[in-house]
Amino acid sequence: MQSDIKKLSLILLFAPFALWITLLIIIPHMGMVVLSLREKVAPRVYEFGFGNYIDFINEPIYWNTLLRTGSMSILVTFLALIIGFPIAYYIAKIAGKRSRGALFLLCLIPLWVSDLIRAFGWILLLRETGVVSSFLLWTGAVNQPIEFLYNDVTVVVGLVYTVILFMIVPLVSTLDGMDDAMIEAGYNLGGNGLTVLRRIIVPYAMPGIVSGCIVVFMLTAGSYLTPILLGGKNSSWFTEQIYDQFITRFNWESGAAFGFLLLAFTSIVVWLGLRLTGQTLANTVAKQ
Amino acid sequence: MAIASQNKAYLFGYRAYLVAFFVFLAAPLVAAGTFAFNDSLFPALPWQGFTLDWFFGTTEPKLGMFYDRRLLSGLYYSFVIGILVSTLSVVVGTSNAFLFVRGNFPGKNFFYILMILPLVIPGVILGISILVLASNIANGAEDALNLEIEFLRPGIFLVVLGQFSFITTITSLVITARLRKFDYAMEEAALNLGASRFQVLRTVTLPFLRPAMIAAGIVGFLVSFENFNTTLFLVGSESPLTITMFDRMAKVGSTPVLNAVSFFLIIGSGALALITVLVQRDKSSD
Repeated sequence: MQSDIKKLSLILLFAPFALWITLLIIIPHMGMVVLSLREKVAPRVYEFGFGNYIDFINEPIYWNTLLRTGSMSILVTFLALIIGFPIAYYIAKIAGKRSRGALFLLCLIPLWVSDLIRAFGWILLLRETGVVSSFLLWTGAVNQPIEFLYNDVTVVVGLVYTVILFMIVPLVSTLDGMDDAMIEAGYNLGGNGLTVLRRIIVPYAMPGIVSGCIVVFMLTAGSYLTPILLGGKNSSWFTEQIYDQFITRFNWESGAAFGFLLLAFTSIVVWLGLRLTGQTLANTVAKQ
Repeated sequence: MAIASQNKAYLFGYRAYLVAFFVFLAAPLVAAGTFAFNDSLFPALPWQGFTLDWFFGTTEPKLGMFYDRRLLSGLYYSFVIGILVSTLSVVVGTSNAFLFVRGNFPGKNFFYILMILPLVIPGVILGISILVLASNIANGAEDALNLEIEFLRPGIFLVVLGQFSFITTITSLVITARLRKFDYAMEEAALNLGASRFQVLRTVTLPFLRPAMIAAGIVGFLVSFENFNTTLFLVGSESPLTITMFDRMAKVGSTPVLNAVSFFLIIGSGALALITVLVQRDKSSD
């Protein structure tokens, strides 16, 4: 009787989970893969085949875009880690108890403001008629307006800006759990700042670092707004290609193939990252 | 002595870096918000004087956001979608939390990974995969049964499903973390005092989870409100605010009315984020 109730409640709890994961994640993704393997041979006639993937390989623009998206996303992830780590360390370890909460909150609030608004802010600052350009003109440092938008540096800066808080938040929560005595012990045993960082702090913070890197990489590789708004028409981001195939050309088969390629590519990078650092998905991303 | 002054210089440099970072963080938000009050037709310098026209102006060309029907309807749809998504995902998230904290079943770790997975799938792909499935079903029904299933065409229903598909992971993780901290002795005490299982759930366990459920709901609402990537592919004629704003930004030259909306949203999401933190903080003090 008691065990029947337990079983029943387990089934009742499992049902929503199973419905959610099967109907909204597993089946749609399988459908996407199946669609990507359909070749259009004549109007409304389809055949099974790898044509959409062969098209991808034969067209350098496509795979160049994917490689470009991938390498720039890795660069953005790396920059976010380098820029964000000192900030997280300061908040978790150096700031006093009171200022810690305030600083963390200062980090969290922009996190909740839409990407769209943040990109819009950058546009207002950086475009030819924008604040920075006007300011430089006014000081006399330059004698004609400068366009800071629509180049790769701006796209990278904008992307780092958009995602860096997703790096800082997990880092702060991991470093927060670290006992200060461990750092002191490192110094007492004669380590200098760099040794302590490399041998004690970084290994301890590894789950947070990996978690931040995974989320940041996925968000960057999958981002659409920031590259388009800050990079303009020729930002060549892979999500743009997917949008183009789906909405502009209405070529869903090829769009599905591109989607699957992006998913496979990002999954491989994440898997490699987990492998190289000896972490698992459950003890990194889920811990935030 | 030398070390102390070196440390001081070091700490000063560190603080300067911190300040520079927060300036970097705030600059675009300040820019987006401030131009809402500039009495000019363009969100750019020079400063032409203070105005509230971009909020309350009633006539073109200075039509304020509260009189701009397309922006208002975008706001309304975003709001409806956000409420639906956050409610649904908190309900399923709570159920998931009980499943993974209390339940014991084979393959639990595997299913736990499955639960996290939506968070590491790019939003664009969630959008297209759900679009493909829904359209396949709708097309199939149309061809085979001559039945037009309107809600499986791009529109609010699909947007809600698309956002729900990954926001549920976020709410599940927030509520799971809270449920793990629950002290079983509290439930046992209530049971010993003669409460039924359902009464215990209603009067002991759920109240304990409430701060996490509220926080998860707010987070879900904010993520839904701001979502762009997944929504982009699933949106029908009822555009939520982010899509409406993006269209204006990309196609039409922007007027400061977009800054007014930005200001409104920055203040709104800032306030909601603050509430989340305060609600969550209560739990650590008791």
